[in-house]
Order: sequence, then C-alpha cells, then structure tokens
Amino acid sequence: MILSLCIALPAATAFLLLLLPRSAAQAARWVALLGTLATFIASLVMFANFRAGEAGFQLVEKQPWIASIGVDWHLGVDGISLFLILLTTLLSVLCIISSWSSISERVKEFHFFFLLLEAGMVGVFCALDLFLFYVMWEVMLVPMFFLIGVWGGSRRVYATVKFFLFTMAGSVLMLVGILYVYFHTTDPATGAHTFNLLMATEQAQYGLEVQRWLFLAFGIAFAIKVPLFPLHTWLPDAHTEAPTAGSVMLAGVLLKMGTYGFLRFCLPMFPLATMQFVPLISVLALIGILYGAMVAMVQKDIKRLVAYSSVAHLGFVMLGMFALNIEGLSGSLLQQINHGISTGALFLLVGVLYDRRHTRLVSDYGGVAKVMPVYATLFMIIALSSIGLPGLNGFVGEFLILLGTFASNAFYAVLGTAGIILAAVYLLWMYQRVFFGEVSHEENLKLKDVTLREGFVIAVLVVLTIWIGVYPDPLLSRMQPSLELVLSRFQSAGVSQLLVP
Amino acid sequence: MIPVSLTDIQGVLPETIVVIAALAVIMADAIQRGRSGALLPVLSVIGLAAAGAAAIFLWGTSGTVFNGTVFADGFASFFRVLFAVIGILTILFSPHYLKITGVRLGEYYALILTAVFGMMVMASAANLLILYVGLETMSISLYVLAGSQRGDVKSAEAGMKYLVLGSFSSAFLLYGIALLFASIGSLDYEVIGTFFASDFHPGPLLVSGLALLMVGFAFKVAAVPFHFWSPDVYDGAPTTVTGFMSTGPKAAAFVALIRVFGVALAPASSLWSSVLTALAILTMTVGNVVAIRQTSVKRMLAYSAIAHAGYLLVGIVAGTKAAFAATGYYLSAYALMNLGAFAVLILLNRRDEGSYRFEDLRGVGFAHPLLGITLSVFLLSLTGVPPTAGFFGKLYIFSAAVQQGHIGLAVVGLLNSAVGAYYYLRVITLLYMARPESERTIVQPAAYRFALVISSLAILIIGIFPERLLRVITLAVP
Repeated sequence: MILSLCIALPAATAFLLLLLPRSAAQAARWVALLGTLATFIASLVMFANFRAGEAGFQLVEKQPWIASIGVDWHLGVDGISLFLILLTTLLSVLCIISSWSSISERVKEFHFFFLLLEAGMVGVFCALDLFLFYVMWEVMLVPMFFLIGVWGGSRRVYATVKFFLFTMAGSVLMLVGILYVYFHTTDPATGAHTFNLLMATEQAQYGLEVQRWLFLAFGIAFAIKVPLFPLHTWLPDAHTEAPTAGSVMLAGVLLKMGTYGFLRFCLPMFPLATMQFVPLISVLALIGILYGAMVAMVQKDIKRLVAYSSVAHLGFVMLGMFALNIEGLSGSLLQQINHGISTGALFLLVGVLYDRRHTRLVSDYGGVAKVMPVYATLFMIIALSSIGLPGLNGFVGEFLILLGTFASNAFYAVLGTAGIILAAVYLLWMYQRVFFGEVSHEENLKLKDVTLREGFVIAVLVVLTIWIGVYPDPLLSRMQPSLELVLSRFQSAGVSQLLVP
Repeated sequence: MIPVSLTDIQGVLPETIVVIAALAVIMADAIQRGRSGALLPVLSVIGLAAAGAAAIFLWGTSGTVFNGTVFADGFASFFRVLFAVIGILTILFSPHYLKITGVRLGEYYALILTAVFGMMVMASAANLLILYVGLETMSISLYVLAGSQRGDVKSAEAGMKYLVLGSFSSAFLLYGIALLFASIGSLDYEVIGTFFASDFHPGPLLVSGLALLMVGFAFKVAAVPFHFWSPDVYDGAPTTVTGFMSTGPKAAAFVALIRVFGVALAPASSLWSSVLTALAILTMTVGNVVAIRQTSVKRMLAYSAIAHAGYLLVGIVAGTKAAFAATGYYLSAYALMNLGAFAVLILLNRRDEGSYRFEDLRGVGFAHPLLGITLSVFLLSLTGVPPTAGFFGKLYIFSAAVQQGHIGLAVVGLLNSAVGAYYYLRVITLLYMARPESERTIVQPAAYRFALVISSLAILIIGIFPERLLRVITLAVP
C-alpha cells in the first residue's frame, strides 16, 4: 500500500490543485508543499518498513490492471530503488520550497505539472511490471515538457522539444524490446504471456545475438537518459533552460532513471551482452567524464557549467556500474544518490543567485563571498562534495567506483582519476571567479545573503552530504544485497567463462 | 426471388434505421424550405443514436444473413456503433461550422447519414458486390460533402478531385472484383476463403485481380503511393467533413480490408503480405515526414492521417486475431482524437486571416483552458503518449506485429511515431509556450464543449482502462 501511496499522493494533490481558482497562487503553493511533504513522509514510512540485508523486492503490491494481456499494477522496492525513491520525494519537497518566490506566473499549473512529474518518477523506480514501467517512464515526459517549455529560459521551447524527442526516440526502441521480452515470458500460473518483471528476469535465457539486440533496444533509451556520450546533447540545453526546480529534478532524478534502467533491466536480463558491451560503454563513459569536464571548464554560464558537470559525473556512474564487481556497482549506485544531492544543490544555489541578479554569467559576478558569506560557504561545501573531497559524500562514491574499476581495468581507472582532477579545476576556477576578488559590478554590492527559506533548503542537502561522507554504511548496507543479486546473474554458467579474459 | 426472412431484416436493422433517418431529414428539409433550425441535426442525431442502439441490441448474433451476403456478427455491430458515434460527433460539430462558413445546404445532414449508411454496409458486407455498393454509397455522399462549400474554390477543387480520383480507384476495385469472380466463380467472402484455403493455382487472372483489389483499397485508405488525392481533399473540404472523412471512411475501409485480406485471403498471404508491408512502411514514413513541413495545421493533420493509415496497415500485415482487435481499438481511439482535434481547430481558426495558420494557436492554451486541455489530450493521443488511448492502440498493434516476427516493421513504425511527436508537439508548444498575438474571444458553442469533453475523457478512460473495450473487440473479431 505504501508504494501506491507514494505515487497516488502527488498525483491526487496535482488534481486537487486544478480545483483551486487561478488567483489562489499562495494556496496552490501550500497545497503542493503539503502534498510533497505527505509523500516524503510516506516514503519515510516505506524506508522504516524496509528490511535491511534482504536482496529481493519488499513491500510488494500486485493488482491486475489489464488482465487480458498480463499487465499488473505491480510495485516493489529493493536496495537499488530504495534511496532513489527517497531522493525523489526529498528533492520534490525542497524544489517546492525553492520555487516559492521564483515561480510567480501560472503558479497553480506549475505545481500541477511538478506533482505529476513526482508521481511519474516514483512510479518508474518502483514499477515491477514492464508495461507499468514504460507507462511511468513516458508519463513523466509530459509534465517535464511543460515545466521546461512554459517556465524555462529564453530558449526553452527549443530545449524542451529536443528533450522530448530525444527521450521519445529512445523509448520507442525500448518498447520494441519490452514487447520482445513480453512474448518470451510466460506466467507459469496461467501459461499466458506477462509483463511481470520478476518473471521476465528469471526467464531471461536469450542467446548472445538476441541479447545484444535487446541490450541495445533498452540500452539506447537508457543511455539517452543518463546521458552517455554522444547522446548527451539534449542535456545542456534542457538543464540550462529549465526553471530551477526543473533542473534539480532533471539532474537529481531524471538522469538516474537511465542508470537505474541499466541496473534493473540490462544487467540482470542480458548479462552476456552486458559483458560484451563493457569496453564500449566504459570508453563512452570515460569520454563523457573527460569531455564533460573540459567543456564545463570553458562555460561562461554557471548553470551550463553545472549541466556539463552532470555529463562527467554520470560518466563515473556508468564506469563504476560496468566494472561489474560489487565495489563498482555500490559506488555507482551511491554516486547516483550523491549526484542527486550535490548537483541538485548546485542548481538550487545557482537559482538563488539568478533570482537576485537575473544573470548566470560568470563574468557578471566576482567577490560575491564578501556580500553573501553564508551563501558562499554553502556553495563551497557543495562544490567540494561535487569534486569528491574526503569527508563529503562524493568522495565515497567516486572512491568505490575507482576501486571497482581498478580491479577490472586499471587503465580505465587511471583515466577516470584524471576526470576528478578536472572536476576540481572547473568547479574551483568558477568558484574563484564568482566568489573571490573584488566586487567588480556595482549591482552585486547590494546582493542579499540567502534567506531563511533558501538557506534551509540548501542546509538540508549539506547535512546529507556530510552524513553520507562520514557514515555511508546505512546506505551501502541496504544497497549491497540487491547489487550482489544482480552480480549473481553474471556468475551463472556461460557468463563466468567470459569474465576471465 | 429468394425469400427474405425476419432474421434477415433484423440483421440489417441499424442500416435500415439510418436510411429512414436520412429520408426523414430530406423530407424535413423540404418541408422547412431551407430555414435553418435545429430540427435537421436533432433528427440526424436521433437516427444515428437509434441505429447505434440497434447495433448494440444485435450484439451476440453471429453468422450471415441474406444468403451469406451480409454479416450479422459482432464485428459488424462493433463498427456500426463506431460509425454511429462518428456520425453523431460530426453532426454535433456541424451547425456552428455551417453557420460561420455560410453553407446553407439541407442535404448536408442527409449526406452524412447516407455516408454512415454506406460505411455500415461496408462493415457488414460478406460479398464483394455488397461491399462495392456500400463503398459507392459512402463515396458519392462524400464527393458532394467535400465540395459542399460551393463558394470556396478550394472546396470545389476538393470535391472535383475526390470525385475523379475516387471513381478511378473504385474502378480499380470493381475490375479487381470482376477478375476474382472470373477465376473463382463467386463473390462471397466465404467461398473465396475456401478457394484460397484449398490448393489453388495463382494464375495471371487471379493475381491481377488481387493486385487491382489491393490498389483499390490502397487508394481508399490513402496508402502511399496512392495517397495523392487525400491532402488536397482533406485540406479543401469543409473541416467538419475532413474530420468525418479521415475517421469514418477510413475505419470502414479497414474493416473491409480485415474481412477480405485479413480473413478471406489469409491463406494466400504469401501473395500480398510483402506488398502490404512495403505499403505500410511507405505510408507511415511519407505521411510523417511530409506532415512536418506543412504550414497549415489542417493540412498537417491531413498528412498525419496518412501516417496513421500506415500504422493501421501494420495490423493487417500482422494478420492475427489480436492484430485485428488492435486495429479495431485503434480505429475507435483514432476517430475520437482526430474528430476532436479538427473540432478544436474549427474554433481556433481565424477566418479573416487565412486558414488554419499555426499562428492562430499561439497562447490559446492558458487563455482558454478547455480548448487547450482537450486539444493537448487529442494531440498527445495522436502522438501515442501514455496513458492515452492512442498509446495503447499503437502498443497493441505493434505488439501483434512483434508477436508475428515483424520486428523490423515494429521498429520502423515506432520510430515513425517519434517523428510524429515532432509536429504534434509543435502545436502544443504554440498553445502553451508562445505569447498570444492579441487578446481574442473564442466562441465555444455548448455542443462543442460537450463533445470535446466527452471525447477527451473517453480517450483517457479507454487508455487507462482498455480492458473492457479490448474484450468487446476481441470477442467480435472474425
């Protein structure tokens, strides 16, 4: 029940909002805040009921939906999806708070789409039915399309159409893959085909050739979402043009749907093909790391810089995942959460500055640390977390990823490490130009430091970065059993021969 | 003379009711002497509703009547209901449109009814000649309807073009029927089916008959490369008629395709399946790609209608019961979304500034929520985004194709729907993401509001809970 509640609460709140009169902007904000808060509390209840140390799905719900073709409303959570759901519900609350004053037009509609987006994202992470997964995957496209297109920056229409078309092109291929898997999965109880993910994974015994095609069909959809170089071109546009809350959700959660997809579908269902694609994906991930970092370095727009940094960070996530050992996988999953926290926070921070000055150009700032000391401190912590400073969350994830990668291919690990150095370069250089030195623009002298509301939102994320950085065990211990289960798919017969070079 | 029994009469009850309604409308118009009033549309809606009710009443019968020439099965009933719904929606949209375009034509409603009658006959025909009679009744009504805006050059051109090319394609069909008769000796689907199921010899006469039959059908469903008439006709015809033409006759042609090619000619599928596959791929690709380049929304939807015919052909190629059920489902969903989209366009069109420009849509979404939301639902459904009926229909058609091993066809089809997303989204971006040119009031007659809300809700409901409709169609599939 609790998982359905996590989807139904935001969806119901969204439709409740439609009943409000258009003028009731403040009421719409409060309703949305209460809705997301209730969803967050529901997800905490889910967390409390989650039994650590178990690998399989928990809190499973199953209701027939379209019985004649074997579709169920089938939800569940395991160590892989647990924290992604929590991340979604937490960031949603923070986004609503952060948009309190920055969204002043069409407030009701904004929150309507935002809440639908939340429902779709939670749905993606807990769907245990391929059909349901696909529906959720596509459903969340529409609200995001509107969020970017209506409340975005000057090139918002271009960005949002590009975002929609990239995702759609990928997902239709995935649909063919899903249909193929569907016709090769039978429900032992009824003998009919089923979209049940658990059965599909269990019965996935495809030959190498078929696996390769299926891996591509699913993998391209996911790679676009991640995004993996060279399919990343939608990301800088969408992230930059989206309103702050949209960027936070895009970077924080949407990208994870791609990496989650690899982890949930490609690895367990097509292990042979996964093995074969390791070199390709690893190289693309490395290109992403280095290319993303280098392009980030030369950006004039702070938000675009953060957007490109996502390409680099997600490269790490993919690199760790395709190390195909427990260190790499847990680093990869942990880093997904970390990236959601730190990059989400970075977008929120950029939003704070943008709300004041309505520019995001590095050259328009300088010496901000003098006028906004609290803001500068928060920004520093988050930037360091994003760089991977020991003691903060980013370090743990990147360390595990590099550890795993080193074990499988030392060369990749060396190149990856170079990426960390580059991350320090572009973030710190930007930090230096924006925050240090003399105040070069007169307008910046009057900048107000973070308000209580803004400070609170960032502080929550700062606390998390420190907590995960110091004591990641509560996360890792819940993740690892499920990840071991994914790895066990590789230890079964044919695959282990391939593992040995 | 062959005796006609009560069962025979009962089997064609819906058709009979529609004919009576058409006659009543003509009489009423004559008595009214062209004074405009609500009488004609009301009479027509009552007639269609009664016909639909009769079709539902007949649900559960099977087999044929009139000596095996007319089907009285669930499939026929299902489509009779669909045609009645299409007719009713079209008529709900008509009075306002006729008023603003200044068309005073009492025959308009009668012609819609006779076209619906023709479509119903096509759906229940169990004999190629009956099919032809239905097709011609429908087509001739449509020729007149397409040209009914007499003062408008484009409408006159559309009517003329449709008449010439339509008769041309009918001739193909008829010649094909004749050649088949020459080689088989019967026009009954059942006899044709048994003939092909046995060990037949594909002689030149037979093959050319099949080829002509296929060309005829390809013309009627506007499959590429036999589609050239349709953009001009759809663009020039009065918009209500365009909506009607792109849904009803298309559905009727597809029922006939299912009955003739999908069922009767199924044993000979090796002869035509690859041709139909090529047609399907061409149709969806050309339709979508050309739609992108259109500067008028109406013409864009005309090309998108071609693309949708391509998706539907995939269902015929797949050739299973599930595929035919999927085609039926998709046709129903398509009827709702396309009619609805055209209806919103009628309201948004600024007649003084040219016709159906994309600019007319700017910023309408937030200013006129009802029109914005319903049009978005229709377009998202045409795109195939869940949870709309358009998504489920597409999924169901392509799943049948994948099941039959037509994976390449499914990939092409679904990639095409991503192409389609581009031009459908363009409309939505204008609705919601562009500044309006100026403040404007948009007349929203109650009939439109009612029909738009009902059809968009229906699209969402049968999209989220497709189970019941699916079961009904699956039971009905021949």
